[in-house]
Amino acid sequence: MSSIAQKKGFGATIWDFMTTVDHKKIAILYLISGGFFFLVGGIEAMMIRIQLAKAGNDFLSAGLYNEIITMHGTTMIFLASMPILLAFMNAIMPLQIGARDVAFPFLNSLGFWLFFFGGIFLNLSWFMGGAPDAGWTNYASLALASEGHGIDFYTLGLTISGFGTLIAGINFLVTIINMRAPGMTYMRMPLFTWTTFVASALILLAFPPLTVGLFFMVFDRLFGASFFAVEMGGNTIIWEHLFWIFGHPEVYILILPAFGIFSEIFAIFSRKRLFGYTALVFATILIGFYGFMVWAHHMFTVGLGPTANAVFALATMIIAVPTGIKIFNWLLTIWGGSISFTTPMIYAVAFIPSFVAGGVTGVMQAIAPLDYQLHDSYFIVAHFHYVIVGGVVLAILAGTHLYWPKMFGTMLSEKLGKWTFWFFFIGFHLTFFIQHFLGLMGMPRRVYTFGADQGWDLFNAISSAGAIFMAIGVIILLVNVVMTTIKNERVGNDPWGDGRTLEWAIPSPPPFYNFAQTPLVRGLDSFWIEKMEGNKKGMIFAEPLGDIHMPNNSFIPFVMSLGMFVASFGALYFLDGDKPWALAVLVIGLLITFGSMLVRSLKDDLGFHITKAELLKDAKGGNTDGH
Amino acid sequence: MDINQRYTPQSWPEHPETATMEGKNKFIGFWLLLAAETVTFASLFATYLALKDKGPSGMEFSAAGLFELPLVFAMTMILLTSSLTSVYAMYHMKNHNFKAMQAWLGITVLLGATFLGLEIYEFNHYVHLGFGYTNSAFSSAFYTLVGTHGAHVLFGLSWFIALMLRNAKRGLNMYNAPKFYLASLYWHFIDVVWVFIFTVVYLMGVIG
Repeated sequence: MSSIAQKKGFGATIWDFMTTVDHKKIAILYLISGGFFFLVGGIEAMMIRIQLAKAGNDFLSAGLYNEIITMHGTTMIFLASMPILLAFMNAIMPLQIGARDVAFPFLNSLGFWLFFFGGIFLNLSWFMGGAPDAGWTNYASLALASEGHGIDFYTLGLTISGFGTLIAGINFLVTIINMRAPGMTYMRMPLFTWTTFVASALILLAFPPLTVGLFFMVFDRLFGASFFAVEMGGNTIIWEHLFWIFGHPEVYILILPAFGIFSEIFAIFSRKRLFGYTALVFATILIGFYGFMVWAHHMFTVGLGPTANAVFALATMIIAVPTGIKIFNWLLTIWGGSISFTTPMIYAVAFIPSFVAGGVTGVMQAIAPLDYQLHDSYFIVAHFHYVIVGGVVLAILAGTHLYWPKMFGTMLSEKLGKWTFWFFFIGFHLTFFIQHFLGLMGMPRRVYTFGADQGWDLFNAISSAGAIFMAIGVIILLVNVVMTTIKNERVGNDPWGDGRTLEWAIPSPPPFYNFAQTPLVRGLDSFWIEKMEGNKKGMIFAEPLGDIHMPNNSFIPFVMSLGMFVASFGALYFLDGDKPWALAVLVIGLLITFGSMLVRSLKDDLGFHITKAELLKDAKGGNTDGH
Repeated sequence: MDINQRYTPQSWPEHPETATMEGKNKFIGFWLLLAAETVTFASLFATYLALKDKGPSGMEFSAAGLFELPLVFAMTMILLTSSLTSVYAMYHMKNHNFKAMQAWLGITVLLGATFLGLEIYEFNHYVHLGFGYTNSAFSSAFYTLVGTHGAHVLFGLSWFIALMLRNAKRGLNMYNAPKFYLASLYWHFIDVVWVFIFTVVYLMGVIG
């Protein structure tokens, strides 16, 4: 287990990534697979917009359209946005708190592979008899009536990937609670670490209700239970509650890390300490707290009664307060700063008006009587794309540019980055702004076509044109990634020149043990403090150079997740009746999973030590690859 | 952390479960997992309460007519006692008395297995009455709630047995002490959930 640099073959690299427990490599895995699913979801979005480009279009059939909108929503939320944010959390958060790895490196790997196999399983539905078609919310009354196995791919796939996300959440929480470097108090943690912390707490408490709901659905569809079967005494509203008790916090699971990325960007590129750091922290916690109190605003039209609607309407409006606090803090961070309009910074500046627009329409929908008018119309579609694309996706694109050098050691082209921005930003507003008016004109969501006499032709055509702009923006980003990788111009510790937090004090990419010596943190923006005091090393150290304990790589997480993947096929085909082998597949899959759990439990895994001599050699040779 | 380091009761730390970094991480992480488990069971309880006594028109089963307390009371006492015996086991773990710990864990496992056997008997009894899993929304919710708890009992038992067998020959060290501690924490959680099941499902069920 030496840390001597060596050139690895392709097979060895693949094996390395399949067994790695290094948070930086797992981050790359999350980024690549999340990016892949982002493209898949994007292609689905393009197909939706082609279908709706003109009245009476027959590009897609009604049934296929239902499958595509379902998979577009599900893919973008569960398989694209969240994993890409988890990539940044994995890559950056441990560096920001001065840790050598996350608290549970093995579980980190397991979380990734569960997500990965869950996502693959869900998407295999396209090739195995049809995708789910009951919308990403998968309401029970629709889902139970859906024919074929589409819904079962949805429930089983999301169950597996949900376990992965839950594991990641617990891991980040423990990492932040236990692994902070000396001096890194809670109120000195960078904002991105804070938002990771709160988002992880939301994952912890929001995913179990979804898992329970998914299990109910599996039992109903496959094993003859009747949770949602009304004629057997069941109640379909239970699904709606469980789904939205998860679903609304999920929105904040996505947006809080996005807020964190933008907070970092505003401070770095305004060359100023964040304005109102304390207020930003408490606003983050408050948003997380209120996030659990508002789920029924998705269900105003169900008929829960005026009292319930009034309570949830008020709670929903309250969330605008901490969000507003954040917006003003960001504006005042920029105010009087020495601003440089780099690619991440223009994303951040563009994010503020875009997200505020989405927030304002959100408060409009919080007014329950008005929501009866807006519900299930394109107004809703416009609203949630304004918060998700205008907030989360802009943050993902900004974060990709900001953290690319830290993750890969090269800078993405600023010029192409700005081209991406302008195409994407213009395309985004062109696509979705006009959908507000389509909604007000009465166009319902989730319809596969409309008539020429309804007067929606022009606005839909404009909306579809905007989608092409966004697609061009994403293609330019891909070109940028390829060109940057081919040029391979290596950068130093702090490529933006104005890094404030610990991750910018170490090489890009960092060595696999991150910090040869654990840093001592003396305040908020600790790297900035050292820079201002002329400390050439960028850090002061809390310990002398010595041996470092590191975890072993492991193939078990991959096998464990593969077992769940196999078992899911068994469960899926189990009650077709004519497939007796399905039970065997189910049992074999579960045996693989529980067997590898047992192996993990019984086999001692004590890790290994990097010796001081190897660290000294690394410091001279600049090895960053590890073993 | 040296796995081969030998301890005496005198050199054994007061809180071996959190004496190492790994132990500290596992300790916090496991409490967080229990938080997620709590939400899981809360969802199951809420669903059960919503679907209690609900079924197709003319369903002959109701909680008041179906449940009988004597057997369930015995199961409750057995599981509560097993929680107590696992506390004794942890008491000996903290005193570095490996044999006594193993013995008390063995008793815990026996009690847990008895509980599980009685639960299987109970389910079997209901099924023979015609109250199967697919009978009604009520039966689905009942078996899923109580069965999920039963699956947790089974997992807890397997965990105890695996730990006892794996470490039978090498005794306590700083590597396995947190594992024993967490398994017993898990066992207490299962016990607490059962107290709620006994109250919400059975006591409130018999009242009607």
